[in-house]
Amino acid sequence: MSPSFLFSQFMGGLTTAMFLFLIASGLSLVFGVMRVINFAHGSFYMLGAYLAWQAVQWLHPTGGGFWLAALCAALGVGILGVLTERVFFRALYGREELYQLLFTYALVLVLGDAAKFLWGTDQLSVSTPPALAGSVRIFGTTQPLYTMFIVAIGPAIAFTLWLLLSRTGAGRMVRAAQMDREMLDALGANVAAIYTAMFALSAFLAGLSGALVTPIQSIVPGMDVLIIVQAFIVVVIGGMGSLWGTFWGSVIYGQVLSFGILIFPGFSLFSVFALMAVILIVRPWGLFGRPL
Amino acid sequence: MTAPPPLLAIEGLHAAYGLSRVLFGISLQVEAGECVCLLGRNGVGKTTTMRSVMGLLPPTGGHILWKGTDIAGWAPHRVARAGIGFVPEDRRVFAELTVWENLDVAARAARRDGKWTIDAVYELFPILRELRNRRGGFLSGGEQQMLTIARTLMGNPELLLLDEPSEGLAPLVVEALLHNISALKEQGVTILLAEQGVDFSLALADRVYVLEKGRIRHAGPAAELRNDQELRNRLLSL
Repeated sequence: MSPSFLFSQFMGGLTTAMFLFLIASGLSLVFGVMRVINFAHGSFYMLGAYLAWQAVQWLHPTGGGFWLAALCAALGVGILGVLTERVFFRALYGREELYQLLFTYALVLVLGDAAKFLWGTDQLSVSTPPALAGSVRIFGTTQPLYTMFIVAIGPAIAFTLWLLLSRTGAGRMVRAAQMDREMLDALGANVAAIYTAMFALSAFLAGLSGALVTPIQSIVPGMDVLIIVQAFIVVVIGGMGSLWGTFWGSVIYGQVLSFGILIFPGFSLFSVFALMAVILIVRPWGLFGRPL
Repeated sequence: MTAPPPLLAIEGLHAAYGLSRVLFGISLQVEAGECVCLLGRNGVGKTTTMRSVMGLLPPTGGHILWKGTDIAGWAPHRVARAGIGFVPEDRRVFAELTVWENLDVAARAARRDGKWTIDAVYELFPILRELRNRRGGFLSGGEQQMLTIARTLMGNPELLLLDEPSEGLAPLVVEALLHNISALKEQGVTILLAEQGVDFSLALADRVYVLEKGRIRHAGPAAELRNDQELRNRLLSL
């Protein structure tokens, strides 16, 4: 195997990883702060993709306008996140996990059908934004500029989220809410508003990743369920609620998937599930997580 | 002219945890500048009274008048922003946040300006300044108690609810704490204190309510209990 071949596998794995991180970070954030497992997070991702496609149709039917469309899609999903949090999720905090799973699973079904109703079952696609349509040559391989962009935006978002949580007043409030909601409330903070904001951020990230995936993957019904399983594996590997755990969990997932194909061709997902099983046996709370 | 209403007046307060009733018509008052103590053993309803005032346990009956306004059933953050600060008995510092972060979060939460700034609470508890970069979870019990009080002060409360501050602390630490709370009292902070320890509470309180099984058994000046050994035995030695 030549070095350039290995490098191109590595870049493929990294692209998968950074997409997964964008999606899983929101999932991990909501679990970390509110202790709610949101199965519908993949549905927000799917809606982000459909909305981005729709916005491109409205803005520039001939193509272009991608960045504005992606932003609109992410904001739209963020607003939907606020509505679902205010109306439904609020009733689930502190309830048994079973209720949360049942409710969010119901939301998966409803949103999945709504998408089919609105956009049909055909594959939809969005063209790559012109500025990133080219490619560059690195180590004798051809890398599309768009995947380079994705590989760069993952760490950028991880770092921004980390800064936000660890170095700002708002982040300190969020961490305090995570540790003791009732105490923070008794100190005068409107914790319900903090929860809504975190949920909005999580939905925004899901919508953004859905929009950003459209130039390299077609939009199809079922993409919601497919992605949520992968995002869960990442979050479980990294440790529930840990931002850097989710980041490194994504990187490991992407690389194991990318190189696993070389070892077990035709069983690409096998190596990922095997990895998850091993990690769950050795560290049931994930690589960066803590025993609950 | 009518006299201004007391800072806090609780009238016929009933409260319950599910089906188990805890308070049976508690009535008490706290005037500005006073230190009032709720005295009684474990499980008589001291904590429940405080949690009801704070909105952490909505009362099942009665009124909680804050400067004449009924705040019964308000959300905790509204009660806090109205000027009532709560120091819970189990301390509940934010364990992963540093001492400074704990104080900063409290100031942001309450959004009430006043004389209590981070420097002012460091003045009251100099040890907190030294430990400012240590995480709350790594403090000793006494240090955590100081941090909890300091944290609540950051919201510049007009009334401080102190729930069993001496519980579980070594005698020397209790003495230091007594000194700190006396200093607070001298600075004009109004305090409603819940205590099991007779010596601790009588050293601080102006007036005392003795609670028994969710009712007020005795109300009177602290001096009365301090001087009357027989009364003290009758009320508290059971």
